[in-house]
Amino acid sequence: MLNIKNLHAGVDQKNILKGINLEVNPGEIHAIMGPNGAGKSTFASIIAGKEDFEVTQGSILLEGEDLSDLSPEERAHKGVFLSFQYPVEIPGVTVTNFIKTAINETRKAQGLEDMPAGEMLQKIKTVSEMLDIDRKFLSRSLNEGFSGGEKKRNEIFQMAMLDPKLAILDETDSGLDIDALRIVASGVNKLRNEKNAVIVITHYQRLLDHIVPDFVHVLMDGKIVKSGTKELAYELEEKGYDWIKEALK
Amino acid sequence: MELKEKFISSFLAVDDYLNEDSVLHDIRSAAIKNFEASGFPTKKSEAWKYTSLKSLLHNDLSIFPRQEATVEFKDVRKYFLHDLDTYKIVFVDGQYSAFLSSTTHEGMDVCLMSSALTKDKYKAVIENYFNKVAPQDGLNALNTAFAKEGAYIYIPKNKEVEKPIEILNFYTGAESSLMLQPRNLVVVEENAQVQIIERHQSLSGHAVVTNALTEVFVSQRAQVDYYKIQNDRPEASLIDSTYVKQDRDSVCSVHTFSLGGQLIRNNLNFYQHGAHAMSIMKGITLIEGKQHVDHNTLVHHIAPNCESHQDYKGVYDDNATGVFNGKIYVEKEAQKLNAFQQNNNILISDKATINSKPQLEIFADDVKCSHGCTIGQLDEDALFYMRARGINEKEARGLLMYAFANNVLESVKIPELKKRINRLIALKMGVQIGFDL
Repeated sequence: MLNIKNLHAGVDQKNILKGINLEVNPGEIHAIMGPNGAGKSTFASIIAGKEDFEVTQGSILLEGEDLSDLSPEERAHKGVFLSFQYPVEIPGVTVTNFIKTAINETRKAQGLEDMPAGEMLQKIKTVSEMLDIDRKFLSRSLNEGFSGGEKKRNEIFQMAMLDPKLAILDETDSGLDIDALRIVASGVNKLRNEKNAVIVITHYQRLLDHIVPDFVHVLMDGKIVKSGTKELAYELEEKGYDWIKEALK
Repeated sequence: MELKEKFISSFLAVDDYLNEDSVLHDIRSAAIKNFEASGFPTKKSEAWKYTSLKSLLHNDLSIFPRQEATVEFKDVRKYFLHDLDTYKIVFVDGQYSAFLSSTTHEGMDVCLMSSALTKDKYKAVIENYFNKVAPQDGLNALNTAFAKEGAYIYIPKNKEVEKPIEILNFYTGAESSLMLQPRNLVVVEENAQVQIIERHQSLSGHAVVTNALTEVFVSQRAQVDYYKIQNDRPEASLIDSTYVKQDRDSVCSVHTFSLGGQLIRNNLNFYQHGAHAMSIMKGITLIEGKQHVDHNTLVHHIAPNCESHQDYKGVYDDNATGVFNGKIYVEKEAQKLNAFQQNNNILISDKATINSKPQLEIFADDVKCSHGCTIGQLDEDALFYMRARGINEKEARGLLMYAFANNVLESVKIPELKKRINRLIALKMGVQIGFDL
């Protein structure tokens, strides 16, 4: 599904990603771990199309199609979803209105009519029940005055509503207490199927107890330096990252 | 002949015909003398530093329309809040239109200034309030000298007016160079409440200059909510001067929506004469092309324990220019004051300009005054967030601008008006926001 080859990218002459290769197949969950400043969030933003970064080499293919020249919205229309580490606040636009706009824009791009109001309401109801979201929450302004946990839960709500092919969860566990973490993780698990894929970016292994990855990659200094299965995450939790650094020398 | 001299001789020509009682005659004569002495404001004066009237005040302007113009209801219907039952005072080229208006004398007076100025039963109110709060400078003096028509609103003690009052000024363009001088007087007695919507609307592409003057008196515990819709054609200009005098425990809010016009200058002045008075000034400015909007506000805090809140948002595109000049003047007696002023601006184009100038003069020692001003671009992170959810860039920008201006809209108390302004803003931004705002 996602095929990243030799990806180099940076900002203002500064290289942040220095040759990333990653292949994600439908139905798979990949975790990307690594120390602060390794380039994890940059990597997520670049897949989603953030224009601040310049891709200098390599390619990002989604189902064989190169995403490089596509705008963020075009990538979203093709099924890329990024759950933000820091979701932005948009006063005056309710959660419901925002997601309606996002869904209908995507449908428009795909040549479909707006989703009928009844269907939209039903979907909102199903998803909010699945994520244990109070209906009152949906008529609040997007992320305005939300707690850290509410913001993250709202990201997963939007993900469930948009039903992407590829979801990238950037530090979705930060700011969540254990109950919220469970709810968010079970939401993600319920959305999984053999056609979609998830990339989980995290510092800590604890989220991976709930969203169990097929593969774990270690991103350091702009490169994937080690890949393994979920056992690698436990090893990192226990030993930190220094031993990998040492081994690389 | 210069415009100033032309106007003065116009006054002398009509002076003999004005069949008014001596008090009003004296006021007008004094006003034209003041106008003669002060003339039109120029950029030399600090208050007009960033706004020049020079190009507007050309010599062809005349005060009196030569012919009576009429408009059909169907042509102006869209400018009314027609979904709503309102009182309406409507003027066409400065003349009252009985046909379009819906006035009342039941338990209050919502009628014409010309009646109020000439009929005996209003004499006491006119003597007490007319021309009593507006300073007598050039443009005000000009208005006072010539003003014949406008809205007269008198709300007696304890009266809660259940319907908003709309003051609509249409300009037909039947004559190409009019300088209109509408004059409104609003007197709200103790514990009474009223909502007023004022709009100036040009119906043709002709240039018009409106020099409007409104005096508002808010007695103790009374509440006035005043909304100004300035969404005129790019050829129309408006100088809108409003003076509000507040007694103790009164609340007065003025919302100004400046969405279109060649040049708009708002002089909004509050004088708090009683303790625990609250003044609220909010504005949304959204302009493009070569449009110019200048907000000049003053809150004069004279009594203790008062509050004032100012919140102005501006979005400027193309070569548009904006001015915010907010003055808070705190007298020695105005202790325990809470004054807040905020002016946030977004410049969409490199060529747009905003001059934002807070001015605080504080002579009391136990007060809380804060002010803030920001000038920036749209938040790129927010834009990326929305685009990453599939919302196209143009729409995302529109939504962000809407979000930026939103907290000003929040406080609009008439739901129908709030909807209307929302629609105007969405239209202005050229976005089809995918839901009913």
